[in-house]
Amino acid sequence: MTSTLLPLFVAVPLLAAGVAAFAGRRYRWPSVLLLVVLGALTAGSAALVAVTSGGAVFAAALGGWPGGVAIPFVADVFSALVMTVASGLTLVSCWFALVSGTGRHPLFAPLVLVLISGVNGALLTADLFNLFVFIEVMLLPSYGLLVLARKGTGTLRSVVGSRLYVTFNLFVSTVFLAGVALVYGTAGTVNLAELSAAAAESDLTAAAVAVCLFALAMKAAVVPVHGWLARAYPSTSPAVTAMFSALHTKVAIYAIYRIYAVVFEGDEQWLWIGVALFSATMVVGVLGAIGETRMRSILAFHMVSQIGYILLGVALFTPLGLAAGIFYLLHHMIVKSSLFLSAGAIETRYGTDVLSDLRNRVGREPVLTVVFGVAALSLAGLPPFSGFFAKLMLITGAVEAGQVAAAVIALVVSLITLMSMLKIFNAVFAPTVTGSFRREDRLVAETPPTSLRLVAPGAVLAAVTLALGLGAQGLFDLATVAAAGLIDTTDYVKAVLP
Amino acid sequence: MILALVIGALVTGAVYLLLQKDRLRVIIGFVLLSHAVNLLFFAAGGIDRRGEPLGSDPDPAVTADPLPQAFVLTAIVIAFAITIYLLVLAVTGSPDEDADAEGAPADAKDAPAVAKGAPVDDPRTPDRKEVDR
Repeated sequence: MTSTLLPLFVAVPLLAAGVAAFAGRRYRWPSVLLLVVLGALTAGSAALVAVTSGGAVFAAALGGWPGGVAIPFVADVFSALVMTVASGLTLVSCWFALVSGTGRHPLFAPLVLVLISGVNGALLTADLFNLFVFIEVMLLPSYGLLVLARKGTGTLRSVVGSRLYVTFNLFVSTVFLAGVALVYGTAGTVNLAELSAAAAESDLTAAAVAVCLFALAMKAAVVPVHGWLARAYPSTSPAVTAMFSALHTKVAIYAIYRIYAVVFEGDEQWLWIGVALFSATMVVGVLGAIGETRMRSILAFHMVSQIGYILLGVALFTPLGLAAGIFYLLHHMIVKSSLFLSAGAIETRYGTDVLSDLRNRVGREPVLTVVFGVAALSLAGLPPFSGFFAKLMLITGAVEAGQVAAAVIALVVSLITLMSMLKIFNAVFAPTVTGSFRREDRLVAETPPTSLRLVAPGAVLAAVTLALGLGAQGLFDLATVAAAGLIDTTDYVKAVLP
Repeated sequence: MILALVIGALVTGAVYLLLQKDRLRVIIGFVLLSHAVNLLFFAAGGIDRRGEPLGSDPDPAVTADPLPQAFVLTAIVIAFAITIYLLVLAVTGSPDEDADAEGAPADAKDAPAVAKGAPVDDPRTPDRKEVDR
């Protein structure tokens, strides 16, 4: 029963997108449809987490063909968890987009619906070529969302960012496609379950899958191919940045986890490449943020750094390391979106996110200060927020796996992250001097704060990170089950090829 | 062998064009690159069997592998759509805002400067220009 419902996670948003495209110039009812569908997807994915939490794997073979030929959709607790958080964050980002004005465009709802349909498909598919197709289904509406703006409000910067983004993604997708072709040529199949343990059997297949993995790593913005993210993401509207930060790179990360677990079965021989690359990603990302002068650029560079942390889990490939990586992935999606939404609230209210312009312009923002502070401390990894638990587990896992150098790097990078967050904090939230005699200072202090409607989406996510920090054990248990499914992939393979 | 040489030639041309500064050349580079990958798919499926995979009882020893053909069809549609969008982006906005904004992450800086209009102002300045859709 559950298995046959899996394709609905792709079909329902696609259908809704088709319906919403008929809206003409109106945006109200498509927006309602968008929120309802996203809510239903979040609820459905959460239900999927509930039924898979015991380690069960559900698979649907579309088209009635036998396993291996049919289009496979597979859900285990890992994909269900990522899907739940992705749908939930898209919902919150759309809420912010509607409040801040970006979403009040007739094309916004259909584009987001196609986007989430592609994301769900990429998370559920067990076929390399279908993964390519679903990533493209996810990317095509993203290209539109990058430049989407109401008449007269678009910026030249978003076109420049979009050029970079489209060109880069087209290039990487082509490399990925070449990898899929090589896999087909060497193994005769692109079905993940049939490719199970193929890397150990044939060196050629291993090399072909490695081409796919490197393409996915580029999509995940691993150093040295991280510049596109740091430049393209801040160029669009804040709501879209928050949405993309929760979706695009995370799908690539999910695919890396899945493919390395199934095809390479966590082969220890190559793990050093991952440890080296992902440690470099942590360091370069956080150092890149130092030179940036805009809120969202700083946050984008931190995202690169955090991607290093998340992927370190797969480079450890121990039960603890993988569980910590999965926990980190979910925590990071939530916290990063919260930070981007808070930055977006500031940008919508004051018209800029350049730190030097915001200094001495932002009035007293009690609520936003707390919201941003909570998310920033969680990002840096301070208790009692979810970031602390994620980092603690990851560093414990790294030490246990004997990667002490990576653990030390992770600790040092956390410190620099904290200092970078303080830089934003000092420039934007701190300098209002209430008791000052200078007239300008008093004027700034009397500026009315950002409306709560803009702050609320980020605040909800900040509350989630606090809840996940206090009740980390529940989510970590689920992550442990997901990690067990990656270490022993027999259930996954059996579900696809009964 | 001929197929391998053709793929090699296409990739060579694509790499050369992707490193150019001119936007249109970059796009043509992508067209060449996607053709190269499409041919790679055919090579992966094997080209010695050429019979059509149709009819009631095709002989698997002589019929061509239909799967790579289906892959290539899908890939062509996707690449075509993105190429059109790239062309739209190429004519939107001012002629040359940023040398780094075009081309693959490859070093566009080292590419020879193609005769172009003078660079306009820094894209970081919020130039409110209408780019609706």
